[in-house]
Amino acid sequence: MLKHLKVFWRGVRQLSGDDAYERYLRHYARHHADAENPPLSKAEFFKQWQDGQWQGVKRCC
Amino acid sequence: MKNLQQTLIWLTIAIIGASAIGGIAIQRGESINALWFVTAALCVYAIAFRFYAAWIAATVLAVDETRATPAERLDNGHDFTPTNKWIVFGHHFAAIAGPGPLVGPTLAAQFGYLPGTLWILFGSVLGGCVQDMVTLFVSTRRDAKSLGQMARDELGALGGTAALLATFTIMIILIAVLGLVVVNAMKHSPWGTFTVSATIPIAIIIGFYMRHFRPGQVLEASAIGVALLLLSVAAGGWIDHHPVMRTWFDHEGLTLAWWIMAYGFAAAILPVWMLLAPRDYLSTYMKLGTITLLAVAIIVLQPTVKMPAVTQFIDGTGPIFGGKLFPFVFITIACGAISGFHSLVASGTTPKLLSNERDIRTIGYGGMLLESFVAMMAMIAATVLDPGVFFAINSPAGVVGKEAIEAVAKISSWGFPVSVEQMQILAKEMGETTLFARTGGAPSLAVGMASIFGSAFGQGMLAVWYHFAIMFEAIFILTTLDAGTRVGRFMLQDMLGNIWPKMGETSWAPSALITSALVVSGWGYFLYIGVIDPNGGVNILWPLFGIANQMLAAIALCVSTAILVKSDKLKFAWVTGLPLAWLIIITSTATWQKLTSEDIRIGFFAAANDMADKLASGSLPPEKAATAPQLIFNLHLDAYISIAFVSLLWLIVFDMLRVCSRYLTGKAVPPLTESPHIPSRLVEEWVRD
Repeated sequence: MLKHLKVFWRGVRQLSGDDAYERYLRHYARHHADAENPPLSKAEFFKQWQDGQWQGVKRCC
Repeated sequence: MKNLQQTLIWLTIAIIGASAIGGIAIQRGESINALWFVTAALCVYAIAFRFYAAWIAATVLAVDETRATPAERLDNGHDFTPTNKWIVFGHHFAAIAGPGPLVGPTLAAQFGYLPGTLWILFGSVLGGCVQDMVTLFVSTRRDAKSLGQMARDELGALGGTAALLATFTIMIILIAVLGLVVVNAMKHSPWGTFTVSATIPIAIIIGFYMRHFRPGQVLEASAIGVALLLLSVAAGGWIDHHPVMRTWFDHEGLTLAWWIMAYGFAAAILPVWMLLAPRDYLSTYMKLGTITLLAVAIIVLQPTVKMPAVTQFIDGTGPIFGGKLFPFVFITIACGAISGFHSLVASGTTPKLLSNERDIRTIGYGGMLLESFVAMMAMIAATVLDPGVFFAINSPAGVVGKEAIEAVAKISSWGFPVSVEQMQILAKEMGETTLFARTGGAPSLAVGMASIFGSAFGQGMLAVWYHFAIMFEAIFILTTLDAGTRVGRFMLQDMLGNIWPKMGETSWAPSALITSALVVSGWGYFLYIGVIDPNGGVNILWPLFGIANQMLAAIALCVSTAILVKSDKLKFAWVTGLPLAWLIIITSTATWQKLTSEDIRIGFFAAANDMADKLASGSLPPEKAATAPQLIFNLHLDAYISIAFVSLLWLIVFDMLRVCSRYLTGKAVPPLTESPHIPSRLVEEWVRD
């Protein structure tokens, strides 16, 4: 039961973008760990992420 | 042994489904339990998904689970990201499910429950779901390209331009008709108007919270927002009872229409984080939550459907919109059965998240099945009302008369008894001054939902449930409205950029202001006309929207059919070809009738001539004579728009047939633009758990 709730909660967080920064950090660690630039701060990342969300058709009738 | 068991299970589902449909279809008694509808729907969906969708995925499309998707190949941690199947499903469904499947079935219920129900079921499994799934597939194989881009690549410049134009015009008509639905729901309803207006400052507060106060704390901010929304529903009741404050929110339709235009303009030019994004969060939670609640309430409560299976209005004399059963039931219910708009989401947005091709069936086909189920629930909510009440709410004053006594006499004379007292009591229960002629579908859906929720969770709260339902519809209509205006602005900037490159810079302020103003005046014009039209505007705008939406579906199916033929799958081309042929038939027939019908409630020219004659002979009362020239102009405009729609459609169909026949006779055609096969390297566990 608790396991299902956890999976559900993880789904809700991912669906809403609540964990987007954590996922970004994981992606960063995997692909750009040796890069010169440090990862973006949470506020900075969220700005870019939110603005990127609204390119193209996202809602319809 | 296991096979036999499987066969038996599916056979049972088939028999139950067939009996449920049979039960719905031959029922001619007083009433029928709504559970029959739910059962029929679930069985049809299960069988279609298990067999038809699986066959299309495996044989027609030949999805390849070893092939890397664009999300994997182009993974950038931003828009291209391999994502868990159910998360993609959630995003996809939230994007495709808008107010359309709620409004269409409500209007189509004037024909009785049967025609709409059958079209929602079979239109979706054979048409809408196929369109969504095939479009998702072809876009996934083409680096998540948009429908317009694919039309250009696979058919040629003509197809591409037509797709772009069609998308833009649909956006304009769609926003206008949705705006009209909101205006009609708020007209002279202080409670409704307050609650809907309150969603705007709430969204802005949440926007600031997420962006500046606690950046990225999306769920936390949304929870606060949802709480505030619910509070605003309750507060609306208090405002409504306050003698002075209620006058601040009590407005004519036209005033509200101007406010909505101002809002749309503001939303298109303000940064997304301030209004659009937070409002979208709130509307998504409201949408998913309320739809789940409605499904649970219907299944637990099993309300009784009181509308007859088929009404006399199949002859074309219906009060809500004019036109015979064929083709107008198929035009009225577009979203929920087949919706071209979905092809814009299925190409471009969703494929960027897809981690494996085998998820295409669940997301493309399954997502549309769920939307079809939403339409089914809207149909149930509309038909659980007493038919007399349903027609009293939805019939415009221009058809049944302005006075309550006139209206009830007329509606009762159709064989749907209703009384003035009954309507007054109902209006009082719902916390409204009147429920007569509240066209557009939203108020009657809200009454239906309120009575379902009321009997599930207590009758005492009917007025609160009613306004909750109005808020729920309005909040995501406004989301579609502002997101649509913004997309329209970008498309216009893109088009104008071809002529004057400076206009194409989306962030250049003059360009943003001018194009936003143009888009808003485009839909604002139709909204304005819809509001001043004595026949309620819905009668004209909704069919126009349906035709436009299905024309877009036809374009998507043309692209898919051409791709199937060019991939040497001619023998399977009927999978997309048959729904395409059906759409061509219904949109062309509907347009033809809209142009040539002598009936002034159907034919644009007939209505224009009739009004011009009356104006010339001076038989119109002064207030009608004042708006008559505008209405006449608009009727002509609508006629030319429909001609443009149908010409565009035939142009693309011929272009598709030309490309196919050239391919089949071995002549040169634009080559398939499928991206090369790269084996997937994704480790199963971490991405698909």
